[in-house]
Amino acid sequence: MKIKFWGVRGSIPSPGPYTQRYGGNTTCIEVRTDDNELIILDGGTGIFTFAQQLLQELPITAHIFNTHSHWDHIQGLPFFIPIFIPGNTIHLYGAFDPISGAGPERIMNIQMQYSYFPVREAEMRSRIHYVTVMPHEVIKIGATSITPTLLSHPVVNMGYRINCNEKSIFFTGDHEPHYNIYEPGEDGFDDYQALIEEQRLSIEAAMKGVDVLIADSSYTLDEYPSKKGWGHGTFDSCIELAQAANAKILYCTHHEPTRSDDDLEKVFAEAVARHDCKNLDVRLAREGDEIFI
Amino acid sequence: MAELSSELNKRLSDAVGKMPAFPKSVQRILELSRDLNCPPKELVSVIEKDPVMTMKLLHIINSAYYSFPKQITSVNQAIVFIGLNTIKNMALSFAVIGVLPQQNSAGYDMQRYLMHSLVTASLARILCQKFNKDGTDPGDCSLAGLLHDFGKVVFAQFMPAEFKLALSYSAEHKVPLHIAEQQIIGVDHSEVGAMLVEGWKFPKNLSYAIRSHHKPEFFNSTLQCCLYVADQLSQHKSLNYSSSNNYEIVEELPPALVARFGGNLDEIIVKLGDLSNVMAEAQAFAQTSKVAQT
Repeated sequence: MKIKFWGVRGSIPSPGPYTQRYGGNTTCIEVRTDDNELIILDGGTGIFTFAQQLLQELPITAHIFNTHSHWDHIQGLPFFIPIFIPGNTIHLYGAFDPISGAGPERIMNIQMQYSYFPVREAEMRSRIHYVTVMPHEVIKIGATSITPTLLSHPVVNMGYRINCNEKSIFFTGDHEPHYNIYEPGEDGFDDYQALIEEQRLSIEAAMKGVDVLIADSSYTLDEYPSKKGWGHGTFDSCIELAQAANAKILYCTHHEPTRSDDDLEKVFAEAVARHDCKNLDVRLAREGDEIFI
Repeated sequence: MAELSSELNKRLSDAVGKMPAFPKSVQRILELSRDLNCPPKELVSVIEKDPVMTMKLLHIINSAYYSFPKQITSVNQAIVFIGLNTIKNMALSFAVIGVLPQQNSAGYDMQRYLMHSLVTASLARILCQKFNKDGTDPGDCSLAGLLHDFGKVVFAQFMPAEFKLALSYSAEHKVPLHIAEQQIIGVDHSEVGAMLVEGWKFPKNLSYAIRSHHKPEFFNSTLQCCLYVADQLSQHKSLNYSSSNNYEIVEELPPALVARFGGNLDEIIVKLGDLSNVMAEAQAFAQTSKVAQT
């Protein structure tokens, strides 16, 4: 499989001189399976650049897996040019949202309304197919299987495991490790802790032994306390997660939008130094980087 | 006893989905949802005190869209699985529907219902913690206590004329309400409550407990026993929180339950010790609901 990062920034696009090396586009990851099926993880602004390249390969069939519906993971979708061109087939996968009572179809519907976008949803000329995914229910695309897992974020967020011919990738989308809402000693603390433990084990099992884990490492340990509950992990929590899951390579992504390239490298190096990473290859995700596994 | 037709069951299920919640919880959820730093545990404590919100939340969480490996029976579980902010917004979506009217055309006292449900929930939890021998989750007992009489709210809300007649029949003939409901409506609140939670994919042990909560002869689980005894204890004279409109008649415990809990109702209540906290907490929630509505 091939993995290519088209957007690695969290929250909001952050172009400028200080983010040139790692890139300012929001989340978009291209995965090409061994049988050349095209899987795209999230449609942040990075998907627009990717679309330019895809115009050389039309017609295409793309399987876009949306981890969750926050802007930085969907904003590029109306600019994904192949959706407007007849002959292309786009499958958009995403979770059911209990608040709106809708699946991934709403991601396009909401963004392509008159006030926000000049082209109407009905004017998309490709074949679009919406699929509401469920946790643990495997989706097969050729020889590849994709398994969604519910993670922890302020909106329903699915992490996706992609398995193809003995190789595997897990992308968290946005994820903050669960924390206890009770104080130690309070009624409810122990029960809640047991629930968290159970969920932690189930999340680790979902990414067990992956070749590549791509995880949300927005914050440093120092920044985290003031961002608790915002739904993002730290470099340290990602390293610990990767180690617990026995992942081989960890890509830290969802870079904080105000973080310059120099700072990013600095805080990343500090976090790595805090851990024994003998059996783990820890990397910073960088826009434009690609690897083959 | 007649069973609910599947058509009526569907009609009631759909109606309950749009049913407003209790005034106090609606007020608190609206307050909490405006507070960026709202303590999550407060949100939990509000939702789990409101039978309508709890019903709806567990219904959506247990729906086919998430296919969790096991059924979700608590608000905390729901938060760990689906996320705090999503649960907060679900609660808000329930809150903005409005509030359940204190006065309904059936003349059924909603405040008293809520008080009884909350006290039964707490007692069922305590009974489970004290007498549980088989690993039954005290949280499930509490949930059963909270929801066991849900059928009454459904009657009051959606079949007020029939329910009013049943209430009068119970008062005039001095018979328990479920007997009166069977006479007048043809089906009692335990059956309606059980059908609803069954249709809404709640765990089977919960629907069994709700369905059988006036039939101790069918008991085979700790959940059923704790719910039954809690239901009876909550109407015990020492806890009697309202002298008006008490149509329920406290029944004697069957011998098997006397043996299980080591005594009759008077003796069990002594074993449970000081319950003033339980009463005060329930009262605070049920009473303020009246204030919130005015």
